[in-house]
Amino acid sequence: MPKQAKAVALISGGLDSLLAARVVMEQGVHVEGINFFTGFCVEGHTHAIRKKDRKRPKRNNALWSAEQLGIKLHIVDIIDEYKDVVINPKHGYGSNLNPCLDCKIFMVNKAREWIDANGFDFIITGEVIGQRPMSQRKDTMPVIARDSGAGDRLVRPLCAKNLPASLPETEGWLDRDRLYAFNGRSRKPQMALAKQFGFEDYAQPAGGCCFLTDKQYAVKLTDLWSTRGKREYDLDDIMLLKVGRHLRPRPNFKIIVGREEGENRFLEGYRKRFVHMIPTSHTGPLVLLDGEVSADDIELAARLTARFSQGRDADRVTIEVNPKGSGTHSLDVVPLPTDEIPAGWYL
Amino acid sequence: MSVTVVDARNLLCPLPVIRTQDSIEKLQPGDAVQVLCTDPGVVHDIPAWCRVHGHEVRAIKEREYEIIIEICVG
Repeated sequence: MPKQAKAVALISGGLDSLLAARVVMEQGVHVEGINFFTGFCVEGHTHAIRKKDRKRPKRNNALWSAEQLGIKLHIVDIIDEYKDVVINPKHGYGSNLNPCLDCKIFMVNKAREWIDANGFDFIITGEVIGQRPMSQRKDTMPVIARDSGAGDRLVRPLCAKNLPASLPETEGWLDRDRLYAFNGRSRKPQMALAKQFGFEDYAQPAGGCCFLTDKQYAVKLTDLWSTRGKREYDLDDIMLLKVGRHLRPRPNFKIIVGREEGENRFLEGYRKRFVHMIPTSHTGPLVLLDGEVSADDIELAARLTARFSQGRDADRVTIEVNPKGSGTHSLDVVPLPTDEIPAGWYL
Repeated sequence: MSVTVVDARNLLCPLPVIRTQDSIEKLQPGDAVQVLCTDPGVVHDIPAWCRVHGHEVRAIKEREYEIIIEICVG
């Protein structure tokens, strides 16, 4: 009896990886899924934080895909290792801070390590030639296979017929005639194949699945690096960039302003790490101060906090100021008028 | 019987799922796990992860802003 080949599929939660895994499963291969968490994954974070979205149905699309396929999904925390990909991408960034090609190489390499450790035979991705301008081009496909170390153990079932035969094809584990030759940005072939497999309600992310592709997020991360004087981050840094309004009134500090109750609650978890303030005479946001601040900076931040409170039109607003450690005190301040907040303060 | 407690409070999905997964990897079938969370997404994600891996969610207890999920390792 011929051996049953085993493959791991990179499952992002999108349609292409779902289809790629299914195409291979159709040929009798044992498939399990792998999903990498970088810290920049969009995947419902802002929904989880913001109270107005808390009742909205939410799902992890990678897990949803695994359930549709009936396969195991291994979710791997790569937050620390991924930093070098973000900070020093060998192949550069896309339109924002998205190192898409390096990211793909890194993830395929991690999958290669996983199959080596777990006795699997090959790797599946949902890549399609021409689908994405940076990482899914005819000339980048061999780069990913080579630089990840996967070589011919990397199979792209949706466009395999446009590429040289992979190991699973030459070994007879996969019939090349039952793989596909998708090409370009059109989604119609994928949608037709989804219909054929009976997949409905699959994820169709409009803005990509990674915050690094988001212009505003990239501005905030660039600001974080430039003000610290070094390109580094930890998980709390990149999570906080997803939450609240960020304003930098002076070079030495910025404020993070909760926009509603859910965000205030999330920011509360960071109170011990930051000088923070909250209005007590009026309803208003929790505000974190990131940076080394003087009494004058705290006064300005308090006036901004008052501006974002329900007391924005009051003569004075009382703000509770909580330095790191002890020394909680109150300030009565005049809310900063809107026309005294330059647009350039907003990150 | 001892219960393994996973503290995933103040973590956003998928980190609570990853912490649960990493904890269960070291356990045996029949062992009990209690996961403490604050991200409401866990109500969907941890049961989904348990279903694809063959573990049983015994209970989901929700307080105002805290969620406790009890799992029996499959």
